[in-house]
Amino acid sequence: MNIEPIHQFNIEKLFKIGQIGDQAIYFTNSSAYMFLAVAVISLLMIGGVARGQLVPGRFQSVAEITYEFVASTIRSTAGAEGMKFFPLVFSLFMFICVTNLVGIIPYAFTVSSHIIVTAALALLVFFIVLIYGLYKNGLKFFKIFVPSGVPVFVLPLVVFIEVLSFFLKPVSHTVRLFANMLAGHIALKVFAGFIAMLGVSLGAIGWIGGIAPLALTVALTALELLVAFLQAYVFAILTCIYLNDAIHPGH
Amino acid sequence: MEPAAAKLIGAGIACIGMGGAGVGVGVIFGNYLAAAVRNPSAAQGQFGNLIFGFAVTEALGIFSLLIALLLLFAL
Repeated sequence: MNIEPIHQFNIEKLFKIGQIGDQAIYFTNSSAYMFLAVAVISLLMIGGVARGQLVPGRFQSVAEITYEFVASTIRSTAGAEGMKFFPLVFSLFMFICVTNLVGIIPYAFTVSSHIIVTAALALLVFFIVLIYGLYKNGLKFFKIFVPSGVPVFVLPLVVFIEVLSFFLKPVSHTVRLFANMLAGHIALKVFAGFIAMLGVSLGAIGWIGGIAPLALTVALTALELLVAFLQAYVFAILTCIYLNDAIHPGH
Repeated sequence: MEPAAAKLIGAGIACIGMGGAGVGVGVIFGNYLAAAVRNPSAAQGQFGNLIFGFAVTEALGIFSLLIALLLLFAL
């Protein structure tokens, strides 16, 4: 009995769309699921607000609740000025949330379980913070490395740690989302594999005993549902906190 | 020692690190709950801080899990 918990992360090439140098560019199942996520979000948001009613229906309620949720998160962490970045944060939140939720469906592909996808999103945030911070504050932006009220003799050490932590932020931002999704999906597949292992090795008794891992798999799926939403929220709120550094350095 | 065996043992040792993250997440949620019970009206405003602390703490546990997964599947 051979169980492959990481088979689900295979990238399959669907068709070729171009060539750059020696490297062929393919449309993969990953790209297909990204398009699916964008289609679902567009349908939800555009369909939700198309008939703007005073008393919202179901779709309009969902659209309004997600808007309010992200808007209040930005206002409380990055202040009113942070609302400039609402489109960015909202897109990130919805994209990650929908791709995570789609990934829970059995046989579906989880886009955010690939480090290249999360790294691209985290680097986008990192460079926006860096460029906007320098554009808005000029050289004052570097005050984020020098916290106020620190005694002079420990200042070099503190600055060193602050600089290091600034450049490690995109790394932890990337790895948190990627590893959470990867580990969750591997755990699901491993526990689901226990059912088949019991049944194949012990026969009828094994299939009855398999109820225990089956129940655990159902419970883990519920946990994954929570994690899928929570990680999207965490990604969004960390984006807001990093943007807050760019908008108000020296706090 | 067999390299394959060393890999599996290494993966097991790497998972010990998750215990520390477990303690940390417990401290964060425990203290949040204790504070929220004392002053429920202030609890809502600190929810963002709670999630931020949880995320930062949890990342460390995830890093050690990642090392274990790399040892098992990638290296």
